[in-house]
Amino acid sequence: MAIHDLTAADRAAFKRELSEAIPHLRAFARGLCGRPDMADDLVQETLLKAWAAQNRFEPGTSFRAWTFVILRNVYLTEMRRNRFRGEYDETQAERILVTSETQEEPIHLADMRRALMALPDERREALLLVGAGGFSYEEAAQICGCPVGTIKSRVGRARAAVAAMLESSDMPRGDGEPAATAHAAIIQEMEDLAAAAALAHS
Amino acid sequence: MATQDFSGSGQPPRRPPSSRPAGSRHGGQAPEWADGLRKLYDSVVDEPLPDAFRDLLDKLDRDA
Repeated sequence: MAIHDLTAADRAAFKRELSEAIPHLRAFARGLCGRPDMADDLVQETLLKAWAAQNRFEPGTSFRAWTFVILRNVYLTEMRRNRFRGEYDETQAERILVTSETQEEPIHLADMRRALMALPDERREALLLVGAGGFSYEEAAQICGCPVGTIKSRVGRARAAVAAMLESSDMPRGDGEPAATAHAAIIQEMEDLAAAAALAHS
Repeated sequence: MATQDFSGSGQPPRRPPSSRPAGSRHGGQAPEWADGLRKLYDSVVDEPLPDAFRDLLDKLDRDA
């Protein structure tokens, strides 16, 4: 059971895989807790636990999924201590937004982030795993330790909630549609008034 | 090797949009924001890694 039972080659391979998983762990952690600094703390704790448990990883299974399970447990432990709840860091979020190169619609990504952080934890987690992390429903179910149907339900509800939040946001989209609609409504009202006035005079 | 599935490009395999569950009443908008969700995630994956992480792994490796 001891780490010492592993060969140097085993340890080197494990270290490489763990190193390659770090960027994904950071992305998942930030999606979970919304704060870059705390997300990185979660990942560091995850690395410690993964390292200590390295002889429990089953070769041939998804290494990334294995580390995500550990991260999730670390996060839930911290949540129970109430250290992360409701501490979404808007300033940090905007900083990331600005440094992202490929985005064409920054305002849209900001909306997306707010909608994501407004979701209940279990739905946000499911949406992150399936909609962003690229996991299958089956893998996400294993990571979360729940039935596949539960994950499907959570993802479906999360998608509907995000879509509803984005639809109801008042962000200007720059396509002129709301202004045109308002203009048409004003014209219609004036015509109605004119018709009423004409009726009153007849 | 097996690790290539998730470690190579930082872009895990995506399922086609048709795998979106039935019953979404907002199908018309989903592809647009779904792409935004992946961008949020990938923007973190693509960030330069702070030294603290590699330092930690090196320390664990030395102490083992």
